[in-house]
Amino acid sequence: MVSAVRNRTYRRRIDGIMNYSIETENLNLWYGDFQALIDVSVRIRDGQITSLIGPSGCGKSTLLRCFNRVNERYGNVTTKGKIEILGKNIYDTDVSLPELRKAVGMVFQRPNPLPISVYENILFGLRIHSPIRSMTRTESDQIVEEALTSVFLWEDLKDKLKVRATSLQLEQQQKLCIARLLPLKPKIILMDEPCSALDAKGTLAVEELMEALAGTYTFLIVTHNMAQARRVSTECIYMFLGELIEHRETQALFETPQHPKTADYVQMRYG
Amino acid sequence: MNILRKKSAAHLPFSETAIELFIRLCGISSILFVFGIFFFVFREGAGFLFGGLDLGQFLTSVEWQPTSLNNKRYGAFALIVGTFSVTLLAMCIAVPFGLGAAIFVSEFCSPKLRETFKIIIELLAAIPSVVWGFIGLTLMNQLIISVFNAPIGLTMLNGSIMLALMSVPIIVSIAEDALKAVPDSYREAAEALGATRWQVVYRVLLPAAKNGLLAAVLLGAARSIGETMAVLMATGHSVNIPSGPLSWIRTLTATIAAELGEVARGDEHYQVLFIIGILLFTITFVVNLIADLVIKGIRQES
Ligand SMILES: Nc1ncnc2c1ncn2[C@@H]1O[C@H](COP(=O)(O)OP(=O)(O)OP(=O)(O)O)[C@@H](O)[C@H]1O
Ligand SMILES: [Mg+2]
Repeated sequence: MVSAVRNRTYRRRIDGIMNYSIETENLNLWYGDFQALIDVSVRIRDGQITSLIGPSGCGKSTLLRCFNRVNERYGNVTTKGKIEILGKNIYDTDVSLPELRKAVGMVFQRPNPLPISVYENILFGLRIHSPIRSMTRTESDQIVEEALTSVFLWEDLKDKLKVRATSLQLEQQQKLCIARLLPLKPKIILMDEPCSALDAKGTLAVEELMEALAGTYTFLIVTHNMAQARRVSTECIYMFLGELIEHRETQALFETPQHPKTADYVQMRYG
Repeated sequence: MNILRKKSAAHLPFSETAIELFIRLCGISSILFVFGIFFFVFREGAGFLFGGLDLGQFLTSVEWQPTSLNNKRYGAFALIVGTFSVTLLAMCIAVPFGLGAAIFVSEFCSPKLRETFKIIIELLAAIPSVVWGFIGLTLMNQLIISVFNAPIGLTMLNGSIMLALMSVPIIVSIAEDALKAVPDSYREAAEALGATRWQVVYRVLLPAAKNGLLAAVLLGAARSIGETMAVLMATGHSVNIPSGPLSWIRTLTATIAAELGEVARGDEHYQVLFIIGILLFTITFVVNLIADLVIKGIRQES
């Protein structure tokens, strides 16, 4: 059974003029000859949690990975179309990749903390983005405490800051992976099935965390878990074979899907 | 349930038993050879090592006069210093090049270039050491004379460059393996946080692969310590405590190679050469052992 379906809208702390954090227009993407995204045009609301659902291989991860250009790690990727993040076309020549990735954080399917201490994991982002030794010890201590507190890990880890992050429990690792984004003050956090390696308790903990942070950050989350999509997101996108089929308010998408493909999928997975 | 019953040895085809036996023998023989060699070297030197040789003098004196008629001295200190200093200088040259090349090959170059690069590195490893000695004796000799305005180019520097060229392939291939073994998810995580490729290398890969890289350096050093022909030809081969890269030196290995042919079997000088052999054996054994332990440490961690 589904727990209470949430249909609230997270209010952005500072009311900005901008309503959309991410906008794409006719986005097409090929891996070699294989077209993985077909004419995707989408607008992701600022400060909200938007979920991305669809059958395996439909291009959810691919779409997500466009937004911080991490797709480009693979040599054989061609992208066409426009992607605007925070009002800026990310394929403009004056866009700095490190700055883009600072503003658009990503959480992966398998928790991937770096093989260094918890403390250094949190500070990693700041260390690569700021000149050497620009932080004092007290400043960095405070940053670490704040980040861990925001993800509800401080109590558990405050005595384990020097422990290698890869030796933590999976749930803690995943929360740490969220925590290490925060010192960089990102605007958008992309999550690719962030709970698939976690148990029910860990899943709920991460969801709670997202809800607590929504408003401050725009979340885009890929999930296979329909209940999760309904629980956490205000808007939901259904994709099928590289195309965006439907994008509406989550509740509406699940209860009165407009497109027969969406209806089929939602019913099969959920109904 | 006859089909599941174990066949007795008699039912196994003869060839299979024979092959198994052969493989087993090969495995055991490699262990036997190592112990056999150590035993032989030890036996030849043991008599003098435990009866007659002043070990203190052997390890600390610089006087190496094994052929003197009335004042025989067996001080190997200069040879030990020679071996270590030429190796150290060689590593100073080979480590930056080797690790740099490994980082380039594994992180920065295209797959096509990588294949070419690997073939060249393997080719470098296949050059016999006497050929390196030859290059040291002729080409590098001239080069050092003209660049440093030195009277003679057969120096520690010359030997070190030859040794460096010989150990670079080892360092590159082991270090590249170590970098390859770092999970790609670490690179991805760092890049997604905005790290540049160079930041990924020095903030993530080097710390994550440090044991493997250390092992690469140690095995490269072990190769240098054991090398004989090239250093014999390129270093000037004279007993001397080096005062700089342009000094002549003589190494432990080169001493054995040059003198063993001219001693009478069983006499003191002969036995001392074998004691040097034992010393070399011990040094390389210790270095290899450390490298092995370091590598094993990596396996247990991952
Ligand atoms: N690096 C790549 N090279 C070639 N093809 C790829 C690559 N990555 C993904 N694909 C293909 O692109 C399509 C979309 O993949 P993607 O990973 O985006 O799907 P997904 O919706 O995230 O699936 P899942 O739910 O299984 O994670 C798939 O058919 C996949 O095989
Ligand atoms: Mg995926």
